[in-house]
Amino acid sequence: MATIQTNHKKNRWAAGVTPYAELGYYNTNYEPKDTDILCAFRLVPQEGVEPIEAAAAVAGESSTATWTVVWTDRLTPYENYQAKCYRVDPVPGTDQYIAYIAYDLDLFEEGSIANLTSSIIGNVFGFKALKSLRLEDMRIPPHYAKTFQGPAHGIVMEREYLNKFGRPLLGATVKPKLGLSARNYGRVVYEALRGGLDFTKDDENINSQPFMRWRDRFLFCMEGVNRAMASTGEVKGHYLNVTAATMEDMYERAEFAKELGSVIVMVDLTIGYTAIQSMAKWARRNGVILHLHRAGHSTYTRQKTHGVNFRVISKWMRLAGVDHIHAGTVVGKLEGDPNSVRGYYNTLRQNKLAADPTQGLFFEQDWASLPAVMPVASGGIHAGQMHQLLHYLGEDVVLQFGGGTIGHPDGIAQGATANRVAVEAMIQARNEGRDFLYEGPEILEKAARWSPELRKALDVWRDVTFDFQSTDVPDAVGTLTV
Amino acid sequence: MRITQGTFSYLPDFTDEEIAAQVRYCLANNWAVSIEYTDDPHPRNTYWEMWGMPMFDMKDASAVMTQVSECRQALPDHYIKINGFDSSKGRQTTMLSFIMNRPSREPGFELVRNEHQDRRVQYTLRHRQ
Repeated sequence: MATIQTNHKKNRWAAGVTPYAELGYYNTNYEPKDTDILCAFRLVPQEGVEPIEAAAAVAGESSTATWTVVWTDRLTPYENYQAKCYRVDPVPGTDQYIAYIAYDLDLFEEGSIANLTSSIIGNVFGFKALKSLRLEDMRIPPHYAKTFQGPAHGIVMEREYLNKFGRPLLGATVKPKLGLSARNYGRVVYEALRGGLDFTKDDENINSQPFMRWRDRFLFCMEGVNRAMASTGEVKGHYLNVTAATMEDMYERAEFAKELGSVIVMVDLTIGYTAIQSMAKWARRNGVILHLHRAGHSTYTRQKTHGVNFRVISKWMRLAGVDHIHAGTVVGKLEGDPNSVRGYYNTLRQNKLAADPTQGLFFEQDWASLPAVMPVASGGIHAGQMHQLLHYLGEDVVLQFGGGTIGHPDGIAQGATANRVAVEAMIQARNEGRDFLYEGPEILEKAARWSPELRKALDVWRDVTFDFQSTDVPDAVGTLTV
Repeated sequence: MRITQGTFSYLPDFTDEEIAAQVRYCLANNWAVSIEYTDDPHPRNTYWEMWGMPMFDMKDASAVMTQVSECRQALPDHYIKINGFDSSKGRQTTMLSFIMNRPSREPGFELVRNEHQDRRVQYTLRHRQ
């Protein structure tokens, strides 16, 4: 801001540069309407920039403003279209501030994540007057939520369709993720499913490479899925990744998966918001569950002071209409502080949430009966952690044990059985009223006495933990209340 | 073979006391318990026969266990499962479902492959008799 001369005393419509805060983008008297979209931004102003002016600039640059006064504003009811920063709180002990900004519903096209995000994160993250900016949370009013399809099926429909109730679903990503031929790949699918998993999964980067083309993979995987269904009498699925270069390619692959009888397909976050919404509509139209891998998200979700918090991505994806989304494990190999992860899971699964600073939830959120998204926990988890997984993640979750299935010393099916025995034993204990978090190791040991598969799994992975400090945890209680 | 549908099929068959503990869990959650049976456990056979209505007003686990015993005595060679149903808003679905009785011999499924063009196969599961 230092290089731009701003005139504090001038008339509202005089040509030139006026501080954003004086143009109506900062208004502590503004009472957000029930229909407004609310955002909480974490911002760090450049040296010498007033926090209020920085916050007003975020409101301005993510709505109607440009850098100088334009007379054409007077052709509009501009006060309606201006975003309003109605509150700015310092984050104690830091150079950060939380700015609360309200946006009128009319600023956004109905049912379009692309439009919503082009407005709110379109330009403003590169604004020079800010050192950094992070979109921490967003309140989506029911009036806007109801313009989206939402999850193609949702948790309830998925469970009824799969005929699987009362326990976390179990999955595994086929490993090695790259290099297997289609025939060998299908072997892993068959073994893992017949051993007791509900799902197997393509990894995010398995699309259609020279070592394995998509059509060949789909055929061999479905042979494995159907063989496993025959040997267990259960519904089984393999997430066939239909991610491709164009929508036409994705539709072709998804149609083929459907023709082969697959209950589920998957896409990666890298395909973009619009493509995800298109695939969600396809998934509902065709009765195929849609799994989303959040490939790429850590490039903008992980750092505390810049980017977009994953709880916001969770909200966008629930609106966009996926049935599954990877949302963290707490105990596994990938980033995720327990409180934040609880906030993501609640955001995906509950119908109505209260604001809760301990979970990083800045706003209440009413989903107005939009179906729930099944969170997926994947990355460095194993049977020996089952009590912790159930404690932190609950029952409506897919627990994905890739290495923790395929790496079992006696074989893939045995690895799968170990995981299934562990989860069922833990659910039984929980339902019997036992303190399963505390007694977890003992519950697993007892089951391992009659399950040689679980015995081996516990022996191999007993001491494996990923104990690193999180790069992002919610701020202290008391600073984030609304 | 052992059909592994249901919440607890990978555990050893439950004793009556273990079954009762799960029933108490359902009742504590205000779920209605129901009993269903079939001789056709195809994974797509959604509608097993109902052993009476869901026990919406039954709050006593021992009364439910009486029904469990009667069903098992009448149909010892059928698959019998116990369901817990939650009617609360937004859920309105089954919350727990486990097989508590099986036939002495489980014949399993035959996988029928109907070979189609372009290497496609149409799969059908048939319950063996």
